[in-house]
Amino acid sequence: MKILTCPLNGPRPVSEFFCWGEVRPMPDPAACDDATWADYVFNRNGAPGVKREWWCHTPSNTWFIAERDTEKDVVVRTYFYEGEA
Amino acid sequence: MPWRLLRFALNKKHPEPRMFTPHAELKPSYDVVIIGGGGHGLAAAYYLAREHGITNVCVLEKGYIGGGNTGRNTTIIRSNYLTPEGVQFYDESVRLWQDLSEDFDLNLFYANRGHFTLAHTDSALRTMRWRAEVNKHYGVASEVVGPEVVKEAAPMIDITCSGHAPILGALYHAPGSVARHDAVAWGYGRGADQRGVEIHQQTEVLGIDVEGGKVKGVQTSRGYIATNKVLCAVAGSTPRILKMVDIKSPIYIHPLQAMVSEPVKPWLDPILVSGSLHVYISQSARGELVMGASLDPYELHGTRSTLDFVEGLTTHMLEMFPFLSNVKVMRQWAGMADMTPDFAPVMGKTPVEGFYLDSGWGTWGFKATPVCGKTMAHTVATDTNHPLITGFSLDRFRNYALTGEKGAASVGH
Repeated sequence: MKILTCPLNGPRPVSEFFCWGEVRPMPDPAACDDATWADYVFNRNGAPGVKREWWCHTPSNTWFIAERDTEKDVVVRTYFYEGEA
Repeated sequence: MPWRLLRFALNKKHPEPRMFTPHAELKPSYDVVIIGGGGHGLAAAYYLAREHGITNVCVLEKGYIGGGNTGRNTTIIRSNYLTPEGVQFYDESVRLWQDLSEDFDLNLFYANRGHFTLAHTDSALRTMRWRAEVNKHYGVASEVVGPEVVKEAAPMIDITCSGHAPILGALYHAPGSVARHDAVAWGYGRGADQRGVEIHQQTEVLGIDVEGGKVKGVQTSRGYIATNKVLCAVAGSTPRILKMVDIKSPIYIHPLQAMVSEPVKPWLDPILVSGSLHVYISQSARGELVMGASLDPYELHGTRSTLDFVEGLTTHMLEMFPFLSNVKVMRQWAGMADMTPDFAPVMGKTPVEGFYLDSGWGTWGFKATPVCGKTMAHTVATDTNHPLITGFSLDRFRNYALTGEKGAASVGH
């Protein structure tokens, strides 16, 4: 992957982007117990696969979602976040 | 030596014994199965056989031995860490390194060079004073020195780093060393093999059989093995193996790249690291400059290398050593680093009985090879975490009791 397609700016060099990691639902910190919170804070889905990730195009501060195969380093598609289905 | 060469030339059968015994078949069961034939796994096999008398052991390796991060690191050995747990652990490792060549009867080219971590800012210098005090408290040779000492040890350095990142001082660690990484894997492998351990290359683990929270066996690409104890020492493949036993962990994989230049005359004796410029450099015994930088910026389960990396690294390298501008890059490569949030490893027992983990070795695992082997062998043999690794257990995350080692990482990742 050398070029990533920003939903706003189109194809740009990957050095203009920053990856913020996989999209993960946050448990309610006021309601959940310590173990659930620790699981959210620390644990990751570290195995390879196609993952939904937060990316940011830093020059324009555009946040969006990329679906990326973390084994083959291929981006399946990119789009704006529209809430969880 | 010439006679020996002549003997090789005239003999139809190769007279030199092989480093390892090839085994045609896997046995139906072993006392211990070690996944991963890198330095860590082979060291654990070696100490299991030598110190604990457990020799019905098999090491499974998907590729070839030492072909993972053991053969992809930049071979730096040091113990100037930040936390008491880290300093004691790595210091034991440095002590083991010093006798290893004799132990194996194999030259590891262990070369004591001295290690400078350069500070370009006041805050970096502050962390170094902190590290030096922790180190000295545990008897590790470590001191903060001024820029003139750096200049004396490496006269070719531009102490101002092209004017925009002047070196204010450095953490000097006299025991800092380099060693030949392949020989480490071979030495441990041969030592384990001689004591009865079986090494099976080209053998991939496909699944781990767990019943009632206990390990029962391992499914491999060459058949099923029954066993009650499995040690996982697979660096960048750790999350794949953890998925097989259904254990959650904070480990995530980023590639770490490195490169070497063409060989040049010896001009750099010490090992130099700059956290602010994100680079480290040493000169190998055959004259190549071995160089590395920080992690790749996003998760990837592969070992491709990039031009971005070479451009970034050489830019900073030229700030420190402008005269290198005509030196050619000879090759580059990458390894998959199993990173943890606190930059300390994840070692010891796990929620699955009989499943032991030696992981989270990110960008700092090579130097720990001997001590990991020794402590993991103890942990597997006695089913009790070795006292030196209690700060590195997996449940430290659930208990919010991290072992913060980021300040001692070679470069600010």
